[in-house]
Amino acid sequence: MDTPRKKKKAVSRRAFLQTMGGGAVGAGVVSRVLGKEMPALQAGPGPMDVVSSKTISLTVNGRKVKVAAEAGETLLQVLREKLQLTGAKRVCNRGECGGCTVLVGGKPVYACHTLALQIDGAEILTVEGLAEGDKLHPVQQAFIDKDGYQCGFCTPGFIMASVGLLKKNPQPTFDEIRAGVSGNLCRCGNYQKIYAAVGAAAETMRRG
Amino acid sequence: MKTPPPIDDAFAEYAELARTQGTQTATPGSTAPAAPAPQPKPDEFKYIGKATPRVDGRMVVTGAARYTHDLAFGDMLIGKILRSPHACADLVSIDLSGALALPGVKAALKLKEGRIRWAGEPVAAVAAVSESRAEEALALIKVEYKPLPHVTAPDKAMEAGAPLVQDQGNVIKSNDYARGDVEKGFKEADVVLERTYKTSWEVHQPTETHGSVARWDGDDLTVWDSTQAVQSIRDGLARALSIPAGRVKVLKHYMGGGFGSKLNLGDYTVTAAKLAKETGRPVKITLTRRENSICVGYRPTAWMTVKAGARKDGTLTALSVKSYNCGGVGRGDRVSEPYSDMYACPNVKIEEFSVFVNACASRATRAPGHTQATLGLEGMMEELAAALGMDPLALRMKNFAAKDKGDTGIPYSTKGLEQCYKLGSEKIGWDRRNKKPGGGSGKVRTGLGMASQIWPGAGAPGTLADVKLYPDGSVEVECGTQDIGTGTRTHIAVVAAETLGLEPKDIIVHIGNSDLPWAPISGGSMTTPSVAPAVRDAALKAAEHLKNLASKKLGLPPAEIVLENRKAASKADPTKAIELKELARGLPRPLPFHGERSNYPSTFAFQTFGVQFAEVEVDTETGKIKVKKVVAAHDIGRVINRQTAESQVLGGVVQGMSAALFEEKIMDPRTGTMVNPNYHDYKVATAMDIPEIVPLFADVIDERLNNLGAKGLGEPGRIPASACIANAVYNALGVHVREIPMTPARVLAALKRKEARP
Repeated sequence: MDTPRKKKKAVSRRAFLQTMGGGAVGAGVVSRVLGKEMPALQAGPGPMDVVSSKTISLTVNGRKVKVAAEAGETLLQVLREKLQLTGAKRVCNRGECGGCTVLVGGKPVYACHTLALQIDGAEILTVEGLAEGDKLHPVQQAFIDKDGYQCGFCTPGFIMASVGLLKKNPQPTFDEIRAGVSGNLCRCGNYQKIYAAVGAAAETMRRG
Repeated sequence: MKTPPPIDDAFAEYAELARTQGTQTATPGSTAPAAPAPQPKPDEFKYIGKATPRVDGRMVVTGAARYTHDLAFGDMLIGKILRSPHACADLVSIDLSGALALPGVKAALKLKEGRIRWAGEPVAAVAAVSESRAEEALALIKVEYKPLPHVTAPDKAMEAGAPLVQDQGNVIKSNDYARGDVEKGFKEADVVLERTYKTSWEVHQPTETHGSVARWDGDDLTVWDSTQAVQSIRDGLARALSIPAGRVKVLKHYMGGGFGSKLNLGDYTVTAAKLAKETGRPVKITLTRRENSICVGYRPTAWMTVKAGARKDGTLTALSVKSYNCGGVGRGDRVSEPYSDMYACPNVKIEEFSVFVNACASRATRAPGHTQATLGLEGMMEELAAALGMDPLALRMKNFAAKDKGDTGIPYSTKGLEQCYKLGSEKIGWDRRNKKPGGGSGKVRTGLGMASQIWPGAGAPGTLADVKLYPDGSVEVECGTQDIGTGTRTHIAVVAAETLGLEPKDIIVHIGNSDLPWAPISGGSMTTPSVAPAVRDAALKAAEHLKNLASKKLGLPPAEIVLENRKAASKADPTKAIELKELARGLPRPLPFHGERSNYPSTFAFQTFGVQFAEVEVDTETGKIKVKKVVAAHDIGRVINRQTAESQVLGGVVQGMSAALFEEKIMDPRTGTMVNPNYHDYKVATAMDIPEIVPLFADVIDERLNNLGAKGLGEPGRIPASACIANAVYNALGVHVREIPMTPARVLAALKRKEARP
């Protein structure tokens, strides 16, 4: 791989905005703010001419790792591209669907909307770190038993959101389950079975 | 004069693949029988028809399942596509030199010349060492456009003097169907209604965006593609690259949803292969959510004017439909079949038109054509019932068609719709409906509505599968199908395990590889009724072989032997048995048994049927609709796995509800671009929107269709969902909204409408 260009500068507002261009501030808006002509309708946020990089330490699934993270780099990019942990998915890449949900310090977060540099030192749990050896976490087992998915692409996110929910609220009501996974999107529409899976997992965990 | 370029016709392409399956024949020289033998009754099966958890569950819930998005190779490059910002323009020039000069950029390609017809059309592509470098490179490509006037709204496109989208004109006749004499039929009617129903552009929005990885090994190309069709993507790639099909292998192990949008060969896939060829390195192209929203199709709209006539007793005398279907620069869907087939009616006339606008071509979307048609047809049935003062269910029963083409064609082999009506109406409590639509009072009105469903789902004769017995006792099934989330791997394991006396988890299933025995696209509710019978056929042959081996060991005739509990045992005396593993040791080498999905008789028609009932609450002040409950009863022949079958129906209902209430691709008429290309602005139903859904199956086994009597289920659950909700809203309000999505504004507008009652 070629070495990324490094210009040791602070992150400029422009670079930040362009990095976040796929987000609430659209790329088109950015260019109009900057008084430029509308760029071609393209895939990503466009050129990023300011890059800074820093080594951060993370504990991922119980393993300590050090990674070089760039200014605009998200936790999701670090997990998928640098640590080869592809369980968390890039679905919307702008905090709308929960497909990238992981636990940071025990709480569910959208990894696509978490800048890596902001979580230096954090403890992260991904779907890959949930099972203990061959023994699946009760939430994982319940998603199989209750057919809590179809294509399975949103499943790691739903599972981590559910694990986060049950940590905070071990005996959720039906409505609390719905609210607990309301930040996650299943396009196959298997919600009813997802609720059943979370309920069954809560029951298993309660019984120990 | 230059011949105009061909117009994209995703529906025809899809119809060719998915809906003319009955005309397919089995492989030449095949032993597959023309009509399958009688089958075991449901209670004779241990796994088939019962609920089996997915065999690949552990892969999915641990994050070990590798989707196309997740693939990476050491020297892999990332490809990105530059897309036109203009909805209509002539491409003057493309200068790639700036991109090619950027360090880390390994190749750049021009993808387009001439007329650009939609915003988002691919113009050029690059391959670079990282995603961000590829994005930088795109910005350095200089493209000169000569922008031209565009039109993105179908009604504007139909006006005189509108910018011409296709050289043939913006409106062309796309379908004509007629039987009997509708004018005569309308004269015979006591009640005649004419209503216009409209659907929106509904985007598939699968969670895994479209994408491919291409790698060359000499002259051989391997492509990992997020696709519903490994076999036809192989064929399409070979054609696009002018190389032999035998040199292309397409792999798809796991895929994050498709819903029809991943049946076609993607330009991004061809581009990845070209960039990989040029650079000598693997190239991955993954569309962004924005590209996914704009560039890979949607369900085309249908604006359907439906006129129906009936006698006082409810007998339909005539039905005429004029539909304007808009699929961007493509032809859109054909909506005629539910109108022509669903109800007994001697006089039918259907005219369809394609309307062209400057937007990407539509693609097949879960039950193309049928879904739009069902909103119109079933909306009309509900309004007609009210005009006749009849129970909407009784009106449908009155016009029940036992034969194809609205009771004028060949008989249906099986039709479990009456059972579905009974199951569903009892479960929802149909008597609770407002006997007169809008009969309730108060701010929040409740209503019940129903809609029936028809869809082919017969499966493809000629589908192949191999069952391999290994001397170590392991059993492998190979089939060139794919699991798109419906549970195909599990269905294969269930059928093989059932037939061989094993457990589903004992079966090693290999699919998602175009080199494996042929299977059709996973679209059109085709996979299970194609693949499961082929696996059953192969497994029956393997079972026969095992029984012959056991016969010698046990000293019993093969007919006296059963395979169960991982043993070959005497029927009369189960203690006389031999482990199948032990028996396999006698195999000289791995033995493959070839299975094939049989033909079915052409003297019968094969369709799936179903009905859904919805209960809604509508706030008459805010216009907000809350779907409380949906009961879905379907006849899909024999159910292979109840657990995954239920999930299919849940998904169909949720997507139908989502389309009924929320979904719409919105175009900015000024810029000609989609303004809501993301999950935030393109609203899809999520956790808090979901009603209680009750899936039910009629379990009518069609012994003429295939050796399992199974039909398909991908589309049926989706087809009546939007329509039954629209009809429930009608029952609540006494006025039909007639256009989806039924936004609060449309609901309030409908409430204000003073209708001229016939």
